[in-house]
Amino acid sequence: MATEARAITATTPMSGPPAGAFVVPEFEIIPLKGIPSVVAVIAGLTVAIAVNKLWALEFFHVVGGGLWTGIDLFVGLIIGPILGRLSTQARIEFLTRFMPKMVLIMPTLVIMTLASGWQLARYTGDIAASYPEHWWITASFMVVGVMSVIAIAILEPANIAVLFELKKPRPNGELMAKLTRRFIYTAGITGIMQLATLIIMVRLATN
Amino acid sequence: MEERKLPPISELCTLTMVLVILGGIYVASKLPREVPLGIPIALTAIAAAVLVVSVVLLTRLPDDFAWDNFRLVAGYSLLAYVAIAGILEFTFLRNHTPDDVMVLLTAQLFIYAVNIPVLLGFSVARYQTPSRATA
Repeated sequence: MATEARAITATTPMSGPPAGAFVVPEFEIIPLKGIPSVVAVIAGLTVAIAVNKLWALEFFHVVGGGLWTGIDLFVGLIIGPILGRLSTQARIEFLTRFMPKMVLIMPTLVIMTLASGWQLARYTGDIAASYPEHWWITASFMVVGVMSVIAIAILEPANIAVLFELKKPRPNGELMAKLTRRFIYTAGITGIMQLATLIIMVRLATN
Repeated sequence: MEERKLPPISELCTLTMVLVILGGIYVASKLPREVPLGIPIALTAIAAAVLVVSVVLLTRLPDDFAWDNFRLVAGYSLLAYVAIAGILEFTFLRNHTPDDVMVLLTAQLFIYAVNIPVLLGFSVARYQTPSRATA
């Protein structure tokens, strides 16, 4: 990661202390170095679905789902509250290093989990289970649906908009604070919703 | 910079996404059994109509909207969501989904892959000033 930095002056403070000069490290909104890894994961996922082998599908679904759930819970319930209490300078340094990685990691984990999960459910026959047992599958679709709406409509735009704001010579501190709060709250909500996913998935796997 | 007063494109795109997801959940909850298509077709048709309204409203935005930022975010998002939609399409094809259901799912994935870049691009560009291309 580039270590160059530039001093900026926020038009209004993000929180607490009066507006002053902050140092924004150089960063890429989309870290290009990470793209080959994403391509490799997507290629592996496509092969796993094409060959339809149980271990490969289990691998992508369990690894993807475990990381997705774990990261959501950790960010929403641990990192989020800590982030809210950091100084503006510390928050800027954290966000410029953390959020670009999330731009690549989260969509990759989501597609990895969903596509392999659907194929896995077809393979194991869980998708063909009759109601009322099928309600557990339907419930998992609903939870994922709600989380997708929250993540795509609120969380992800806030994430990207903060990064764009930090690229400006004079970022708007008030706007960044508002968008960061939005990111933290929605990450918390999706984190809590992941608990529902855990319950459903454990119930399905042990039935 | 204050948040600008702009048409409710984010809200409309969110509505489109909700309708597509509802239709998708309905279909997925019925598969692999026979899927009654009336409700998901209606949801998809409404979603398509709302997406068209969003795009029309988008094209009417003034020149001082940050189009460069919109294109940048929407372009990368389109690339990502076309890939995501492609993998889901492949998964449905791999499982020999019936033709009528496949057509519906393809339409839903198409709407999804177009709608989300519009949503992300607009949601980011609304806070930007024009002529500042950042990447």
